[in-house]
Amino acid sequence: MTLGRLMSVPVNPELQGRVFPPTAPYLVGREKVREFARAVFATSPLNFDPDAARDAGYDDVVAPPTFPVVVQEATLAQLLAEPDGGIDFTRVVHGEQGFSYTRPIVAGDELVATLAVTSIKTLGGNSMITAESTIVDASGAHVVTATSTLVVRADA
Amino acid sequence: MIVGEIVAERTFHLTRDSLVRYAGASGDFNAIHYRDDIAESVGLPGVLAHGMLTMGLAVQPVVDWLDNRGIVLGYGVRFTRPVVVDPTDGATVTVVAKVAALNETETRIDLTVTCADATVLGKAQVRVSLV
Repeated sequence: MTLGRLMSVPVNPELQGRVFPPTAPYLVGREKVREFARAVFATSPLNFDPDAARDAGYDDVVAPPTFPVVVQEATLAQLLAEPDGGIDFTRVVHGEQGFSYTRPIVAGDELVATLAVTSIKTLGGNSMITAESTIVDASGAHVVTATSTLVVRADA
Repeated sequence: MIVGEIVAERTFHLTRDSLVRYAGASGDFNAIHYRDDIAESVGLPGVLAHGMLTMGLAVQPVVDWLDNRGIVLGYGVRFTRPVVVDPTDGATVTVVAKVAALNETETRIDLTVTCADATVLGKAQVRVSLV
């Protein structure tokens, strides 16, 4: 990690519209769901107890609403590693986050995420990158879209 | 249910342990969430909670209120102010969830999320479908 850089290059505006290759499949494990649920202070039996989840009509424990961030992470790594992107990750601040769900993620899902850069704006020297990760299951059906707005600070 | 009604409220106490736990669970090992020296070197007022941890816990009162009666259709926030987690005293985050809009297919619940009397998430909105 490089802190206190002497110079920085701006974010490449040509990133807008770029679509990245799909990530390797992410297999959602029951214990990972429980671990994540504990970390976000979840208390619902749907997150922990497979029987409670099955009674509610799910195949296995249900992941909390922000769990897609675990899958999205691989796509944001692709974005930050893009050789011509000009994104210095030591200057990146998370500005906004959104999720739009077709259905909740459940343990056993095998998920693939595809990142698209939907917008790049410059405001007062800062760049704002909006990146959308579309997450589908093994059948190709949409599960959730995770949208992040990253602010890349221009100041040294 | 009417617009303006408070459907859920909860207070969360965060400690450094909470941040380490979230780092492991989420895979976000950015050192500003557990190392004072690194946080200071990049000009932060202290070790911060992961924005995604604050977002993740803030929706929990709505998840519990919803129970089996519906699903979350959408959830979004703006990260407006960091949550500084003191090494000994931690931080207390309070969530109030209120009905903001209602129609036949969905209900919008707005979250007011505060820490030390300051709002830390902006435009924190959960769209739910009640069955």
